[in-house]
Amino acid sequence: MSKAKEVVELEEVVIRFSGDSGDGMQLTGTLFSTTSALVGNDFSTFPDYPSEIRAPQGTVGGVSGFQVHFGHSKIFTPGDFSDVLIAMNPAALKANRKWMKPGSIVIVDSDSFDEKGITKAGYTEDPIVKEKLDKFNVIKAPISTLTKEAVKEMGIDAKTGMRSKNMFALGMVYWLYNRPLKHTEEFFQTKFKKKPDVIEANKRVLKAGYNYAYTMEAMTPSYTVSPAEIDKGTYRNINGNQATAWGLLAAAEKAKLKLFVGSYPITPATVILEELAARKDLGVKSFQAEDEIAGICTTIGASFAGLMGVTSTSGPGLALKSEAIGLAVMAELPIVIVNVQRGGPSTGLPTKTEQSDLFQALYGRNGESPVVVLAASTPTNCFDHAFMAAKIALEHMTPVILLTDGFIANGTQPWKVPSMKDYPDIKTMIVSKDEEDYQPYARDVETLARLWALPGMKGKEHRIGGLEKDFIKGSVSHDPLNHQKMTDVRDEKVERVVNMIPDLEVTGDKEGDLLVVGWGGTFGHLHTAVKEMQNEGKKLSLAHFNYIRPLPANTKEVFSRFKKIIVCELNLGQFANYLRMKQSDFKYEQFNKVQGLPFTATELKDEFKKYL
Amino acid sequence: MTEQNTKLTFKDFKSDQEVRWCPGCGDHIVLNSVQRAMAELGRKKEDFALISGIGCSSRFPYYMDTYGFHGIHGRAAAIASGVKVANPQLSVWEVTGDGDALAIGGNHFIHLIRRNIDINLLLFNNQIYGLTKGQYSPTSKKGTTTKTSPFGTIETPFNPGELAIGAQGKFFARTMDNNVKLSTEVFVEAAKHDGTSVVEILQNCVIFNDGIYNEINAKEVREERQIILKHGAPMIFGKERDKGLILDGLKLKVVRIGEDGITEDDILIHKANENNPGIAMMLANMRWPNYPVALGVIRSVNAPTYDMAMESQISKIQAEAKIKNVDDLLHSGNTWEV
Ligand SMILES: Cc1ncc(C[n+]2csc(CCOP(=O)(O)OP(=O)(O)O)c2C)c(N)n1
Ligand code: SF4
Ligand SMILES: [Mg+2]
Repeated sequence: MSKAKEVVELEEVVIRFSGDSGDGMQLTGTLFSTTSALVGNDFSTFPDYPSEIRAPQGTVGGVSGFQVHFGHSKIFTPGDFSDVLIAMNPAALKANRKWMKPGSIVIVDSDSFDEKGITKAGYTEDPIVKEKLDKFNVIKAPISTLTKEAVKEMGIDAKTGMRSKNMFALGMVYWLYNRPLKHTEEFFQTKFKKKPDVIEANKRVLKAGYNYAYTMEAMTPSYTVSPAEIDKGTYRNINGNQATAWGLLAAAEKAKLKLFVGSYPITPATVILEELAARKDLGVKSFQAEDEIAGICTTIGASFAGLMGVTSTSGPGLALKSEAIGLAVMAELPIVIVNVQRGGPSTGLPTKTEQSDLFQALYGRNGESPVVVLAASTPTNCFDHAFMAAKIALEHMTPVILLTDGFIANGTQPWKVPSMKDYPDIKTMIVSKDEEDYQPYARDVETLARLWALPGMKGKEHRIGGLEKDFIKGSVSHDPLNHQKMTDVRDEKVERVVNMIPDLEVTGDKEGDLLVVGWGGTFGHLHTAVKEMQNEGKKLSLAHFNYIRPLPANTKEVFSRFKKIIVCELNLGQFANYLRMKQSDFKYEQFNKVQGLPFTATELKDEFKKYL
Repeated sequence: MTEQNTKLTFKDFKSDQEVRWCPGCGDHIVLNSVQRAMAELGRKKEDFALISGIGCSSRFPYYMDTYGFHGIHGRAAAIASGVKVANPQLSVWEVTGDGDALAIGGNHFIHLIRRNIDINLLLFNNQIYGLTKGQYSPTSKKGTTTKTSPFGTIETPFNPGELAIGAQGKFFARTMDNNVKLSTEVFVEAAKHDGTSVVEILQNCVIFNDGIYNEINAKEVREERQIILKHGAPMIFGKERDKGLILDGLKLKVVRIGEDGITEDDILIHKANENNPGIAMMLANMRWPNYPVALGVIRSVNAPTYDMAMESQISKIQAEAKIKNVDDLLHSGNTWEV
């Protein structure tokens, strides 16, 4: 490159790619994140898309966005506000207007800002004028025209050519942030192996975008974000759903059991079933059931037969599984139920995030029906918590519900690839073949887990089911005192899981004015907000829960060292109310949000300031 | 796998639980027939798993000294599917009622059959909800008065055979609760068949629907009103074995041998393994008084099973797989070094 480049060094940057749901914004964002990872940045992403596959073109409802936050130091959230917005049409600008940082860069496809596009987005006049964008660095690039131009000589049809226009935008952003094109070009080579035309078109358009930015005065200076200071090792990109599926596979391997998954597709949980179905190489038996009830019932059957049984779903599906979860509680079979939460009730906001299934997980069943409840808190730690969910289920002979949510399920992070030798063994309760006089409900004295005899084992034939069981023999019993005893022991068994789970950790001082409490997928935003305020000298700390039932043993002790406690969650206060019941010595303030969106660090900080 | 063990008798399959069905309930005799069939199959006791839903009939597994799972209402087919797919070596039996299988569990019933998982499904059809004390079921005849239909039902019943064959069922048989010999034979056939074997058991509920099958099963009329089908044998019935079935155009027709020049040679030969479901459907749909009711194995056609397809897909993929364990998986695809 001949032109002297003015380069500005930055700590971190938030870019939001935004366009029609058919414009390929998810792919564009993913490719940018991958390249950023490969040049050594840490990042966090937030795909945000409508529930329709092809919502009405050009409208605000049809806008699909992908936000990526990358930086030189550790990144915990996809960021609240964008430094760069790529708006492929006026609707994308309208949808994201309030998420732009003052003075930020806005790249628009000026070709789409014609009368038709402007009207469709619901504007009456040119939004660049109307939205008073003069305070921003607006770059009007005729992306559509230039894309057409770039592939003109190839003689491909216009429609195919126009599919690459997202790559023009990506090319521009690559120039802006000094990123190499190489990794994206390699992606085209493998992805479109059988379509050389498509490879060529994408390459040309990507390059054209890059060159356009380079020659355009408006885009100097360009920026650079130097590599993050992260641990040495092998890294990969992973989203929460994939990490969940892989964590379950890791547990099956450690338990020396085959994995069975019985599930029914549902957003945003489907990828877990897809990931596991792809793992026939690891012997996974995947069963796409006729509904969620069959999903869990096949899983219970497989568990009865001695496999590691898993079922994955989202809120409405969890509702359908309720009765069968009760059966697994009664039969004391180890299964893992993954619930990727989304906006509810009913169909609600299928593609948006929420934490409103907590009570459903804890209590949404008939009878006294205790289960262990865990919640993962970042895309990558879905792996560890899925692993732990399975370990607890298998070692304690109980159903375990793992809660994740749409935000961490779809969000991606670079992940230092772990080694299986660093993970603990899982000792199942499968009874030894030599054990004589097997009693189906005889229990381990420590954990209260019953022994697991599998069909096919000689001399251990027994019957289980949903009717109340005799305390030892497991045969049907309607005896009043036996029911009391069994109800108590099922509850106690779940409570004793406390003995194997880690203590609650505190980020910041162990005592202070304000303890911020969160659980599950809000970790990144809470952590960022708390850290930033700590850096400003404020005396607040964060306690974030991954273990919901039972709560970590030191919960009370942690809470007792703070003057005030505020529980932040994406619902109307379910965890706060649970704590009021389980840890009733304390007063809990609440900060709640139900907009289908994660918290922003900014709004959290504003809230916390009120208590300090 | 199927190691011969001739020492077992039907008594070996009795559990220590007291059998709690009403005295005179058809379920008692069926229990006996199943125990006989299992002894006859010569498989090890521990290889049998019985999975049921909820209903009087679904208490069945408690009375068997095998592996058993009393599930939840309507879901036995799904639970049994999980058991069989998890361990195809097992002999998996589903025990279900007309309400359990065809009302609340209708969806799982048809999908089990469509998938053709190797499960023997015993459908106890007493045309009533027994356990909940006498409400009409999806198989109750139109007009039946019950507690929830005091003026008679206004809905058309399912015929389980038609439904099973319509769901691409490859095996369908029917038996009468009190016919131990036929039931035992049919259960053995069902167990030997690879794939979902649906056996409809016409079962008398002495308390809430007593005598529902008398019309076809009373001693005096039985032979005239039932036809017991045997693969390869002509479709002949009647006390004098003087009646038979022929195809008349697109329909079955009852004829008398010796009348109108009809001889035994004109009578249809039962081919349970006929792939085209047309005749099987007609046989399953025969109703008194136009026809005798068909018992025995009506359809038995070989087809690949889901459980075996699953095993072979896994072993084929594993043989060629680059990923052998989770560490391989974690390092597969795009990774980079820092
Ligand atoms: C979810 C649920 N709904 C309803 C019931 C009540 N219930 C139990 S058995 C039954 C019907 C049983 O009829 P059927 O399946 O024909 O069996 P039978 O008792 O006649 O053998 C009903 C409605 C239940 N146990 N669970
Ligand atoms: S109610 Fe009917 S089906 Fe139930 S046990 Fe009594 S006789 Fe049998
Ligand atoms: Mg019934």
